Amino acid sequence: MATTEQFRALFDPQGVVVVGASTHPGKFGFVALHNILANGYAGRVFATNREAAPVLGVDTVPSLDDIPAGEAELAFVCTPAATNADVLRAAADKGIRAAFLASAGYGEAGEEGRRAQDELVALAESLGILVVGPNGQGVVSTPSSLCAQIVAPYPPAGRIGVASQSGNFVSSFMNYACATGVGISRAVSAGNAAMVGVTDFLGFYAEDPETDVALAYVEGIVDGRRFFREISAAAERMPVVLVKGGATTGGQRAAASHTGSLATDDRVFDGMCRQAGVIRAHSISEAFDVAATFATQPAPRGNRVAVVTTAGGWGVVTADAIAGTDLELLAIPDDLIAALDVELPPRWSRNNPIDLAGGETKDTIPAVLAIVARHPDVDAIVLLGMGIQSNQGRMESDGPFFPEWGLDRITAFHDRQDHRYTTVAAELSDELGKPVLVATELAVTFPDNAAVRGTVDAGRLCYPSSDRAVSSLARMWERARWQARRHG
Amino acid sequence: MPTPSPDSGSITLSEADSKALLGRFGVPLAEERLARDPDDAVVAADELGYPVVAKLNGDLIAHKTERGLVRLHLGDADSVRAAARELLSAATPADGDVQVLVAPMLRGNRELIAGLSEDPQFGMTVMVGIGGIFAEALADVAIRLVPIERVDADEMIDELRTQALLGPFRGEPPVDRERLAEALLGLSRAATATPELVSADLNPLIVVAGVPIAVDALVEVRA
Repeated sequence: MATTEQFRALFDPQGVVVVGASTHPGKFGFVALHNILANGYAGRVFATNREAAPVLGVDTVPSLDDIPAGEAELAFVCTPAATNADVLRAAADKGIRAAFLASAGYGEAGEEGRRAQDELVALAESLGILVVGPNGQGVVSTPSSLCAQIVAPYPPAGRIGVASQSGNFVSSFMNYACATGVGISRAVSAGNAAMVGVTDFLGFYAEDPETDVALAYVEGIVDGRRFFREISAAAERMPVVLVKGGATTGGQRAAASHTGSLATDDRVFDGMCRQAGVIRAHSISEAFDVAATFATQPAPRGNRVAVVTTAGGWGVVTADAIAGTDLELLAIPDDLIAALDVELPPRWSRNNPIDLAGGETKDTIPAVLAIVARHPDVDAIVLLGMGIQSNQGRMESDGPFFPEWGLDRITAFHDRQDHRYTTVAAELSDELGKPVLVATELAVTFPDNAAVRGTVDAGRLCYPSSDRAVSSLARMWERARWQARRHG
Repeated sequence: MPTPSPDSGSITLSEADSKALLGRFGVPLAEERLARDPDDAVVAADELGYPVVAKLNGDLIAHKTERGLVRLHLGDADSVRAAARELLSAATPADGDVQVLVAPMLRGNRELIAGLSEDPQFGMTVMVGIGGIFAEALADVAIRLVPIERVDADEMIDELRTQALLGPFRGEPPVDRERLAEALLGLSRAATATPELVSADLNPLIVVAGVPIAVDALVEVRA
C-alpha cells in the first residue's frame, strides 16, 4: 500500500529524472523528457543516457549513480525491463520515492513478464519506492506543471483527478479538457497496476486538496470486495465518476437459481456502483461531461429545474429531456410569474420553460436570470439560446460590409452582451450555490463565441447540447440524493 | 439427505427447511404446516383457513411443479384429504422421507422475486425484481452487495423501472415498501449469518393486499 508521501513524490516531485533519455525523437525516452521540459515544470530535471549524449539541452549522465542525492523525487523510467531492478536500487539510493515505469515487457508479456513484475514490486516495497505502471503512459499534475508522459496533450489546470487502466483514455479525458477548458488536477495511467491500481489513486485524490472530483476508467477487477471497499471510501469523500469497459461481456451465467440467472455481471457491477455512491457513466464523453459538471457547478439541493430560453423549440425538447430523468420541471409558481411579468412582454410563455419570446431589452436576460435563480423553489437552471446575436455578429464582421453601416458598433455590443449574460449566469450560480448550466452547440461550432467564452472564462463547461446538460445535472442530483439519504 | 446440485458442491434444502432458515431472519413467509398424513393435513387446513395449497415436501424434492407435486385451490376438508393422499402416493422411494406442506392459498395480482446469489467477483449479492412469468424477459431487477442497510433496500425498490406495478394496482393497494425493504434486509442478514449459503430464491413473493409474502423458497448451501 502506497503512502501519501509517495503519492506526493509522484504528483508534486521536487525534481525529476528521466531514466533512459534518448537522442532519437521517436523514442519514449526522448518524448518523456520533451514533455516534461516543454510544459513548464519548475523543479530540476535530470536525465540518464548510456552514452551521456545531451538531449534537448539537458546534460545527461550515464547512470542514476551520477545524479546528486536528494535532488529528485520522481524517476520516469523508459529503460528495458531487464535493467529496471538496478534502476530502482540506484533510485532509492538517491532519495527517489516514486517511479513511473513506461517500460513494457512485464505482466502484459506472458508468464516470464509476470514473474519479472512480481519481483519488481517486491523489490520496490523493500526499497520504499512507489512503482506506477509498468507499461503505462505517464503522469500529469497541473499544480506542479508536470507533464511526465509519452503522449499528448497537457491539459489546462482544474479540479478533476483522472485515474485509468487505459492510458489512451487518460489522453481522451485530457483532450476533452483541452476542448472545453474544464481542467485537470492530476492524471495517471495505471498501466499494469503492478503495485497500485485505480482505486489507490482515488484514495489519494479523496485526500488531495487540489482535486474535487475523480474520473476513472476500469476494465478488469481483480478483487471485487476490495474494489468496493476502496471506491466506497473514496466516494464517501468526493464525487467519483466511473466508466467500465467490457460492460456487456460476461452476460448471463448459467445459474441454478432464478436470482443467479438475473444477477448478471453488469447488473451486479451497476448495483455495486449505486451502493458505493459512485456515478457510473456509460461512455467516455458522458463521463467527462459529468465529471466536469461536478468540478464546476455547486451541488443541487433539490431536483426542480427551471429552463430559461430565448426561443421556444429549445425549451420544449429540454423539458422532454428532463422528463426522462429524476429531475423535475418546476411547476412555475404564481409569484415567479408575477415577478417575470414585470420584466417581459405579455407574450412570454408564462410557464416553464421560461421562454423570453424575443422580448429582451439590454438588461432583460440578467434581470430574468436573477429573479429565477433567487426564487426558493428553483434548484437549478438550464440556460439556452445564448450567443445567437454574437454569432450573427461574426457573419457581419467576416462579411464584405464590415465595419461600415454601424456593423463595428453592433457586433461589439452583442459580443459584450452575450459575454455578460453567461458571466452573470455563473456569478448567480456561485452566489446562490445553485447549478446554472449553459447549453449551446456554439460551444463546438464557434468556441470563441462570446456567450461560450463567458461560460468558459467563468471556469465552467459550456454544454454542446441541452440533453447533455440535463443528463449531467441528473447525475449530480443522483449523487446529491445519495448523500442526503445517508447523511441528511 | 438434501438434494445435491448437479453442477457444484452445493445442496438444495427442502422447501420447509429453506423457509425455516430464512424465516429466522425476518423474511416474510406464508404461514404453513407440515403434515405427516391426510388427516394431519386436514387439521392443518382447518387451522389455516380455506382455500389452501398442498405440496409434497422432502429434502430430495426440488422441482415440485414439474413433477405435478403441487395442488392449488383446495376449498374444503375433503379436497385436502384427497390431495394429500395423492401427493403422498406419488412419492417414490428415491424421494426419501416426505411430508405434505399445507399453506393458505394466497391471492394477489402481482408477483415479485427476491433472493441471494454469489457473484464470482463481488461475493454475495441480494436482489429484488418484478416477478411472475415475465420476470426473466423484463429483467427488471436491482442488486446490491451483502450486507445492505435500510437505505440501500429503499433505493433498490426505487430503482425498479416498473414503478407502476408497485403503486395502487387493479383495486389493490400499493406495495408496502417498508415490508418489502424488511424482506431484503432479512435476506441480507440470513446471508451474513450463514456463511455456507450459496443462493436463495423467494419466487414468487405474492403481493397480498399490498404486503409481499413469499410462498416458495429455495436455499442452496455448500455441501
